Amino acid sequence: MSTLSPEPVKPLLDGSLKNENEKKREIVRVSGLKKSFGSLEVLKGIDLSVREGEVVVIVGPSGTGKSTLLRCINLLTEPDAGHVWVDGAEITARGADVNKIRAKTGMVFQEFNLFNHLTALNNVAIGLKVVKKIPEEEARRRAMEELERVGLSSKASSYPAELSGGQKQRVAIARALAMDPRVMLFDEPTSALDPELIGEVLEVMKKLASEGMTMLVVSHEMGFAKEVADRIVFMEGGLIVEEGPPDVMFSAPKKARTKEFLGKIGAIHGGTVVA
Amino acid sequence: MEKVALVMRELPFILGGVGTTVQLAVIALAMGFVIGLPLALMEVYGSRGVRWVVSTYGTLFRSVPLLVLIFIFYFIVAKVAELSNFSAAALAMGLRSAAYQSEIFRGAIQSVGTGQMTAARSLGMTRFQAIRHVVLPQALRLAIPGWGNEAAVVLKDTSFAYAIGVAELMRRAEYASARTYEPFAIFTGCAAVYFLMTFGLTRLLTRVESAYRVRT
Ligand SMILES: Nc1ncnc2c1ncn2[C@@H]1O[C@H](COP(=O)(O)OP(=O)(O)OP(=O)(O)O)[C@@H](O)[C@H]1O
Ligand SMILES: [Mg+2]
Repeated sequence: MSTLSPEPVKPLLDGSLKNENEKKREIVRVSGLKKSFGSLEVLKGIDLSVREGEVVVIVGPSGTGKSTLLRCINLLTEPDAGHVWVDGAEITARGADVNKIRAKTGMVFQEFNLFNHLTALNNVAIGLKVVKKIPEEEARRRAMEELERVGLSSKASSYPAELSGGQKQRVAIARALAMDPRVMLFDEPTSALDPELIGEVLEVMKKLASEGMTMLVVSHEMGFAKEVADRIVFMEGGLIVEEGPPDVMFSAPKKARTKEFLGKIGAIHGGTVVA
Repeated sequence: MEKVALVMRELPFILGGVGTTVQLAVIALAMGFVIGLPLALMEVYGSRGVRWVVSTYGTLFRSVPLLVLIFIFYFIVAKVAELSNFSAAALAMGLRSAAYQSEIFRGAIQSVGTGQMTAARSLGMTRFQAIRHVVLPQALRLAIPGWGNEAAVVLKDTSFAYAIGVAELMRRAEYASARTYEPFAIFTGCAAVYFLMTFGLTRLLTRVESAYRVRT
């Protein structure tokens, strides 16, 4: 029952507020998170805090533990040590109602993972019916609204196999949004897409951000990061090397390694222009 | 020509066994489904111990010839539990089909892909809900071709029950053959009946499969 943390928000040292964001409620808090797979230590002690409405973009080399971090936040992967709070409830607490807390997070995967046997509409409605126990009619109505939100109401009765990659990912976003999550977790949502389909997905994500959705995004789309992110987190070797606002991270990072990495991926992934 | 007439004369008697044959097949397949599907789920999602028990069950029942199984159930189990010879055959065939069906369903469940389970869990579904609403509906469709194959095998294997005196198709053909001294004609007729049943079943399942196909 004691899944509510006593006080997940860190008190500020000097009591003054640096900016508007810090007045906001903390939606995700990760502290001392560690995870190993066998002898491979993937996360070596991660501390991270995401406030309401914040868009945080996580970047870092392959195999650094970015996906593992996201999966630990909704406990799809069980951490070895550390704590995670989502919207004030500790999902890592003993006896926590994991399914309930997990439903407060929406997750979008690189490979979409749409339910192949269901139409786009039912992909979105199934969580409402099964998890939230919302009656059929109402669930379908709300699912339709979510599809409209990602601009796909015309594809409601299409099966995943009949959709393009970009459309699939937008349905996947609608499916996650339907659960009314407090935070959206995106794990490289555009890396499985053909270049010409990336824009439509980033567009939907931008719209979400502008509506005030709290978002934690693993992505190497630097155009998107520069434009939408409040903060960029650079991870390497299972640790957060440096984090800060995009302009600082891109122009004047403290660590040489950050500069080198962001420079490199900026050259590769900076080009996707979102109309 | 007179052979044909002879088969036609004996046919009603032989066809009288179709009911028993079909019953035996339906019971064995249903039993195999009811036991085999949970076994498959246990083998995929169960703990190490559970998986070991299931795979041992499968190995045992798949390694013993059907006729031997039927004899074991007829001469030992049925005597102890006072079962009819029909029940002994149905039990042997059902438990054996469960072993084969669990393999079919296990393969189908595993080919659904872990991403489907992950996505379902990420929405807040319990493991059970995810299996029930996301994994199984896809796995059962994927299992149809393999299951159809098993159904055809079971249908034909009911003929083994003749060895313990169950009056199914094969047993009746045997009687007719002994009575008429025309084994070739009679068993050809018998084969034709098995063929028609198997053919019909296969066609039916092909239709079911295409009606429920999931494209990926
Ligand atoms: N379930 C697992 N079992 C064993 N090893 C795993 C598992 N999941 C991840 N790993 C390993 O952990 C390391 C970190 O993986 P992770 O997917 O978190 O990295 P990433 O930063 O997301 O990389 P990428 O950019 O390639 O997606 C990798 O070496 C990976 O092979
Ligand atoms: Mg990853």
